[in-house]
Amino acid sequence: MISAEHLTKRFGAFTAIEDVSFTVGRGEIIGFLGPNGAGKTTTMRVLAGVFPPTHGTATVAGYDVVRDSLRARSVVGYFPERVSLYLDMTVARYLAYVAEMKGLSRRSARQEIAQAIANCSLAPVAHRIIGTLSKGYRQRVGIAQALVGSPRVLILDEPTSGLDPEQVSEMRALIRGLHGDRTVILSTHILSEVEATCDRVIIINQGRILAVDTPANLNHRLRRTSEVHLEVVGPATDVVRRLGQVPGVVSIEHRSGADGAVALVIRTERDRDAREALAAAVTQAGWGLRELRPVLLSLEEIFLSLVAARTATATDSEARDEVSGYLPA
Amino acid sequence: MKFLVICQRELSSYFSSFIAYILIAVFLLLSGYFFYSDLIFFILFGGFVLPSGLWQFVFLDMRLVTLLVLPLVTMRLFAEEKKLGTMELMWTYPVRDGEIVAGKFLAAWLFFLIMLIPTVINPVIFYRFHAFDLGPLAAAYVGVLLLGTAFIACGMFISSLTENQVVSAMVTYGILVFFWFLTWNEEAANQQLLSILLGLSLFDHFYNFSRGVIDTRDIAFFGLFVGFFVFLTHQSLAVRKWRGVR
Repeated sequence: MISAEHLTKRFGAFTAIEDVSFTVGRGEIIGFLGPNGAGKTTTMRVLAGVFPPTHGTATVAGYDVVRDSLRARSVVGYFPERVSLYLDMTVARYLAYVAEMKGLSRRSARQEIAQAIANCSLAPVAHRIIGTLSKGYRQRVGIAQALVGSPRVLILDEPTSGLDPEQVSEMRALIRGLHGDRTVILSTHILSEVEATCDRVIIINQGRILAVDTPANLNHRLRRTSEVHLEVVGPATDVVRRLGQVPGVVSIEHRSGADGAVALVIRTERDRDAREALAAAVTQAGWGLRELRPVLLSLEEIFLSLVAARTATATDSEARDEVSGYLPA
Repeated sequence: MKFLVICQRELSSYFSSFIAYILIAVFLLLSGYFFYSDLIFFILFGGFVLPSGLWQFVFLDMRLVTLLVLPLVTMRLFAEEKKLGTMELMWTYPVRDGEIVAGKFLAAWLFFLIMLIPTVINPVIFYRFHAFDLGPLAAAYVGVLLLGTAFIACGMFISSLTENQVVSAMVTYGILVFFWFLTWNEEAANQQLLSILLGLSLFDHFYNFSRGVIDTRDIAFFGLFVGFFVFLTHQSLAVRKWRGVR
């Protein structure tokens, strides 16, 4: 549905993205993951037809974004990172304007607007002036604007940034709900967001793609060992000694737990899942098992691993310094 | 026909803010006052010929009011959308840059028309007391309309260069006033240069209209002036392709 081939975009001497290639299949939700300034927005703007790439080609639903720009743009719904709406219009009037700009017929426009308002739960504010709406509502108007015309491809640039936690989960549910035969590209710098919503992830840093994979695979591929977080109610020294004997356990880190529980981070061999064995050991000893879960890598760690792997010439510590400078706080 | 959609949105945006009403009010008050005082002057000093007397006074004054007001009308055309960031979304819709330029230009032009039409009431009232030949008056109105169109084209281009509306208005004033003062140094310039400067001056081309004379050379000049700045506006929208969008 979307294919990008060797996209490079330069602004004067500055290279925003370099040699970016990927394809997205029909109905896929793909996440663009990377720190601020990595080139996510530039890539999305090229796909949405805001400006052409300096080199390379991209097609959306088979239409070249440069040579067949108008047709490509007519199958794309775009949500900009900086949600900018006409503040002096009502929501309904604004969506009607968008429908006209997208060239919908009057009848289908009415239907599309009603559907977008319903999808984004905008009914209570449909006749309010956009300038008076809260950030959460404006964000939803931005999504509704992208949805009008039922575009086959949705390009959403940081759709959850600046929302409160409740609104974030609503927005994610909305995006998941759009899933169907619609192709979605969304960008974020939050890993959990990608895990919650996306089928595949494209990791991008300093304008280059570092990895394209499923969230689970990335997590699996990149960790050197597996870690399990465990909380047990029992005598701490006995617990540590007993669990240290479980096959596959490499090391145990003791952390203080609440309410008399012992909190442990247990590192096991990379491809060995010791969770069942650990649980069995705890219950056989008659201790209480409170919590047992695998520890996943954070975005920071994934980044560091990827960059360390790519920066063959640089030393590990140099790579770390270089990357941590780009990571969001 | 998407330029009509853009034009409609622009017009509704003009009239949803009180600035539009203030601009129209100031324009009408000033042009009404000038008509009144020019009429008094014309009568007191015993003018005989309307076209070279009254109409010329009135329309040379109206030229000033138009110069004062139109840069404030055009300043927001692109600057506001660039500042808000709404241009970025506009570029993702299936609409050509040319349609965007056409829609915005038409909206500002219609706004000017809405502003200009009520001024007709002054000569209409005068006509009831003293019937006169309508031809020269119509020619003068054509002149004001062309002059205003030229101001709008220039103002729109400047607006497309900046996201600051005050800068947009000030630079437009600067350019338009320059085109006016262009020929004021007649003493210093030699004859050849002066004829070129006269050929370029917006206001010297307006002069004939204000006396009731329609010259195709003047019309061609305004046509070229407008076309030039509309072309530049279209070009300046393409700047995003190599400089990016903020």
